[in-house]
Amino acid sequence: MDKIIKKYKDLLPESILIDIEENLPKGVSSAKLTKIMEAVYLEYIESKVDPGESVGLIAAESVGEPGTQMTLNTFHFAGVAEMNVTMGLPRIVEILDARKTIKTPMMEIYLKSPYNKGKDIKKIAWSIKETKLKELISEFAISVADQTVEIKINTKLIKEMDIKLDDIKGLIKASKKITNCLVKQKENLITLKSKEDGAMKKLYEIKENIKEVVVQGIKGIEQVLPVKRGNEFVIISAGSNLKKVLALKYVDESRTTSNDIFEVSSILGIEAARQSIINEISKVIESQGLNIDIRHITLIADTMCFTGNVKGVTRYGVVKEKTSILARASFETPIKHICNAGITGELDTLNSVIENVMLNQPVPVGTGLPDLVTKVRK
Amino acid sequence: MPAKKTEKEKTEKKAIKVTKTPKIAVTKEKKSTVKKESKEKAEKKETIVEKKEKQIKEPEFFEMYTHKKVGAIKFGLLSPKIIQKMSAAKIVTPELYDREGYPVDGGLMDIRMGVIDPGLRCKTCGSKLKECLGHFGYIELARPVTHINFVGEILDLLRSTCRSCNRILIPEEVIKKHLGELDDIEKEFGVLARRSRIKEIIKKTKTVNKCPHCKARQQKVSIEKPITYVENEKKLTPIEIRTRLEKILDEDIEIFGFNPASARPEWMVLTILGIPPVTIRPSITLESGERSEDDLTHKLGDIVRINQRLFENINAGAPEIIIEDLWDLLQYHITTFFNNSVAQLPPARHRSGQPLKTLAGRIKSKEGRIRHNLAGRRTNFSARSAISPDPSLELNEVGVPFKIAMHLTVPERVTKWNVDYLKEFVKKGPEVYPGANYVITPAGKKKKITDETKEEILEELSLYYQVERHLIDGDVAIFNRQPSLHRMSMMCHKIKVLPNRTFRMNPCVAAPYNADYDGDEMNLHIPQTEEARAEAKILMQVQTQLISPRYGLSIMGAIQGAVTGNYILSKKLKLKREDAIQMLYSIGVYDVSRLSNKQELCGRDLYSTILPENFNFTGKSKEGDQVKIKNGYVIQGTIDSKTIGGGGSGVMLRSLHKKYGADKTVDMIAKIFRLGLETLLRHGFTTAISDTDLLPEISEKVEKTIQESEKEVQELIQQYYEKKLEVFPGKTMKETLELKILEKLNKSRNIVGELVIASMNKNVPIIIMANSGARGNIINIAQMTACVGQQAMRGKRIDKGFNARTLSCFKRNDLSPEAHGFIRNSFKTGLAPHEFFFAAMTGRDSLMDTALRTPKSGYLYRRLSNALQDLKVEYDETVRDATNNIIQFIYGEDGIDVSKSENSKINVKRIIEHI
Repeated sequence: MDKIIKKYKDLLPESILIDIEENLPKGVSSAKLTKIMEAVYLEYIESKVDPGESVGLIAAESVGEPGTQMTLNTFHFAGVAEMNVTMGLPRIVEILDARKTIKTPMMEIYLKSPYNKGKDIKKIAWSIKETKLKELISEFAISVADQTVEIKINTKLIKEMDIKLDDIKGLIKASKKITNCLVKQKENLITLKSKEDGAMKKLYEIKENIKEVVVQGIKGIEQVLPVKRGNEFVIISAGSNLKKVLALKYVDESRTTSNDIFEVSSILGIEAARQSIINEISKVIESQGLNIDIRHITLIADTMCFTGNVKGVTRYGVVKEKTSILARASFETPIKHICNAGITGELDTLNSVIENVMLNQPVPVGTGLPDLVTKVRK
Repeated sequence: MPAKKTEKEKTEKKAIKVTKTPKIAVTKEKKSTVKKESKEKAEKKETIVEKKEKQIKEPEFFEMYTHKKVGAIKFGLLSPKIIQKMSAAKIVTPELYDREGYPVDGGLMDIRMGVIDPGLRCKTCGSKLKECLGHFGYIELARPVTHINFVGEILDLLRSTCRSCNRILIPEEVIKKHLGELDDIEKEFGVLARRSRIKEIIKKTKTVNKCPHCKARQQKVSIEKPITYVENEKKLTPIEIRTRLEKILDEDIEIFGFNPASARPEWMVLTILGIPPVTIRPSITLESGERSEDDLTHKLGDIVRINQRLFENINAGAPEIIIEDLWDLLQYHITTFFNNSVAQLPPARHRSGQPLKTLAGRIKSKEGRIRHNLAGRRTNFSARSAISPDPSLELNEVGVPFKIAMHLTVPERVTKWNVDYLKEFVKKGPEVYPGANYVITPAGKKKKITDETKEEILEELSLYYQVERHLIDGDVAIFNRQPSLHRMSMMCHKIKVLPNRTFRMNPCVAAPYNADYDGDEMNLHIPQTEEARAEAKILMQVQTQLISPRYGLSIMGAIQGAVTGNYILSKKLKLKREDAIQMLYSIGVYDVSRLSNKQELCGRDLYSTILPENFNFTGKSKEGDQVKIKNGYVIQGTIDSKTIGGGGSGVMLRSLHKKYGADKTVDMIAKIFRLGLETLLRHGFTTAISDTDLLPEISEKVEKTIQESEKEVQELIQQYYEKKLEVFPGKTMKETLELKILEKLNKSRNIVGELVIASMNKNVPIIIMANSGARGNIINIAQMTACVGQQAMRGKRIDKGFNARTLSCFKRNDLSPEAHGFIRNSFKTGLAPHEFFFAAMTGRDSLMDTALRTPKSGYLYRRLSNALQDLKVEYDETVRDATNNIIQFIYGEDGIDVSKSENSKINVKRIIEHI
């Protein structure tokens, strides 16, 4: 039986083979199986794209047309509530522009086996979050007379977050922004005494800087939220820092992702970036209840990534790569393109679509693709 | 010009050159050569078109199919020499016309540059208006002027070349190395990589301050925007710049990315300015008989005037300051002539204050030459009218009013076999319906058919003539509704000529066009050649577009009333055999042999006459019960939107299409559609306000549910005040409260909705509509009958308006549902004033949302289609772009065409079941 299926290994795509195996009734005779395979193969051949099919334009239409039906709003996340994520049209635009900084970076952090069971999940989450001192302070006091700043630490909170008071003191001392002062600590009371005299401004600076001292966590992770997914716990974070998060020992590197495509591309490579473009677009489309075939999305992702770098669908990205001057000129900034072409003495060989439209000639896609190969008698 | 060009033509190799327009300049020196710059008009002047096939002389009545094709377009700058050579006139005076209104020789409207007045002949080529494309002229500038579009390049050149020996500031050996490297880069990575490497190289030379060739010290050159160069605090005049640029060696230039054959740097400083032909800047004669000149002519007039003055002043030996001033003015006019939207330069204006539209303005943007006239097209043989529905048409038909059918024509060629047939049309003439408007003789002359000419034309009509006859039933046409976002927005229909004045279409095709009948207009195009008709018929006909390439399901299907009708018919209708047959006949089904012989039929039985006899299908209906079709008989289940609906929901339609092909499917869709309407017609269907009445006990229950949830919300608020509320991580307590309240209130409306639906009779028309999937859903019904529910804006409760409250009828800081957009009344009971206001708020918000979204998504679409339009599947199954880069090795990773798939897959399960 496997033999028969194997025969089609090179003829049918894997996804179809898997589909067949899943749907085969138990104990099919090999005669029947042969018939099935033949029928499927035939259907596959019939369903293939025709050469010349303008797949790019179809993909553009398929994504562009439902764009009108998407909401403009930022939706909140599909979890219980909480956490805002850019969705709808703005998100699609963001992805296709290949923006370097996105509005709401986000990570899904999967954990390795013993850690993902929910025990200590809160602690793990807290340890990832970038915690600044201001979140732990319950009281401030500035004394101009003594030239001191006093802060009171919320003991309950630090216990929950597993932070030690001594560490805080150490961190304050180590902070590069807070210089020239004495740090003393008494229980949960930390006192900073400025060595400079009489400078009100200095005191305020200390007060402001002290708020920004990072107590623990990973830079850029602004918020964490443990969520139960299936039978494991996953941490969702606002803010993203793939590099550092992946280095943590309890993080499952193979599943953890970020929605920042540039970050993914620089840390995991272009293939990962491509997949993440596909995933992110699909996510938006699904959340809007639209139906767009994955093939269109992969094609867009592939055009954005095939050069090895993520290129946006903009005049600085994909369109810039075109060799035809007229094609670039018809998109945006025509004067610039024409002038540059003049200097370099470029030749437009008219092998894409738009130049031929301009010149009233058949376009080299679809029925315009085939050429006559016959030699004409002279 | 033609004569000269032909010689050149021969020497040129295969490629065609289009020389674009002129900007430019000539040197006094002799360096000659080529080139160009960007101007549009050039397009017309262009060009040497190479003939791919030789023209063959044939007897006159054969149309001559000479196939000319532009093979390539080369870009370059125009050299002063070339400008002079291609010019027909030297312009010396700013005057346009003499006292008689005749163009002045040597003026800007000189008839050597083409004619725009009927009756005059071009002095250069001797042809009349419309025949002469126009010829360039030139003026000699008194002093050179830099070209605004090359300011950056000139700066680079000045900075990176030695000020005394004019070599590039790179040692000899390194130049060689760079040149080799650049060629390698271009070979391997293309022009773009070359360009970015050039940028890097140039950048390095900017810091060199000692020339590696002559060891001279370098000065810093900077630019004072927009066009003044400063070296060492001293202004560089265009003359100095030009001298420096002239001395740069060809080899060095290549490092800057210049191609010395098509662009010498000194051409970027103009000494001679090309004057575009009169034909591209025609003047308009106003009703008063006054002439109004084109913006370009105005600008050129300024240039010529200042230039003359500059000449005079120089000759008269005027003081340097005056000359400088005039020179700057000339620079300004020439700059704005090229580009009137340069930053830091005030745009040149009309007397009315509106800025002139000069060369750059003519080319760029949506209304510019490129996007408007080159990439966009206008067509003849098209019509536009309002649309209205007509289910008695087939899906691939379009009803065309007689009026239109008599204006639009199809050219039909006279052959041995159809002379008589075509003569009939000619005989009727343009005024009687199936007539003809024109006859085209073999020589290509168009003759209008009138009562006078009719006899004569009939006489001469013979082989190789073409008759432009009126549209008749069965002609092909392309039907379109904007915005054309889809390939399904332009489909081919067969014409059906009908009375009245609107285009008629089957309502099923409204979905792909996204049309309705509230005044929508659509366009109709009549293909005029056999190729066009063949492509339209084979590739664009409605049948071929049944399956959306977006998701692989049927987009066309029954909608609205047709769904309701089929639902009623298949769900509960019993009818007599005679009635059934009557119905079937009226929807166009004449073969009733497959109808059961029973006298008392149920609605389901009727489908057997429409569905093919070996059709099997199992699926689910919208209400969840099974639909079973065996051998074309519907044995079980209701037919509703899940089986026959449009927009991807009608699963049965996809199976029918797969098994029986497009032609049969469209036919079945139309029949099923008409069956639905026929059912409604005979059975009757109406909806009334009483449909939304609730039983008293249900109203009570609804009331109770709402009260309960309001109470729960009160409790939440209470907890909030007492700070007992459990806070979501990362949220403040207030945010948590809002989220919880919103969730609670939304839930309560859903509960109410279910309550209402459960209590309502399944035979109430509004319920039938919702259940069949024809229109409306549970929420709509709940809003009409029980409670409109919470109004949310941007995912939050309404929170805007006055200080700490939404409306002045509430207390400040009132957190209750009612003060934040909860509408507890139903649409039937009517909204309270504050509720109405909240409803209006969300309504306005969503209106705004749509208005803002449309241009955004339009731009996204434009970018996508511009970026992806060249991608195609090659014969080896790879997806490639125009440069032959492989984008995908196999399309979509499995090579399946979505529009041939079933919801993006091959339905393996069905195949297995069938074997």
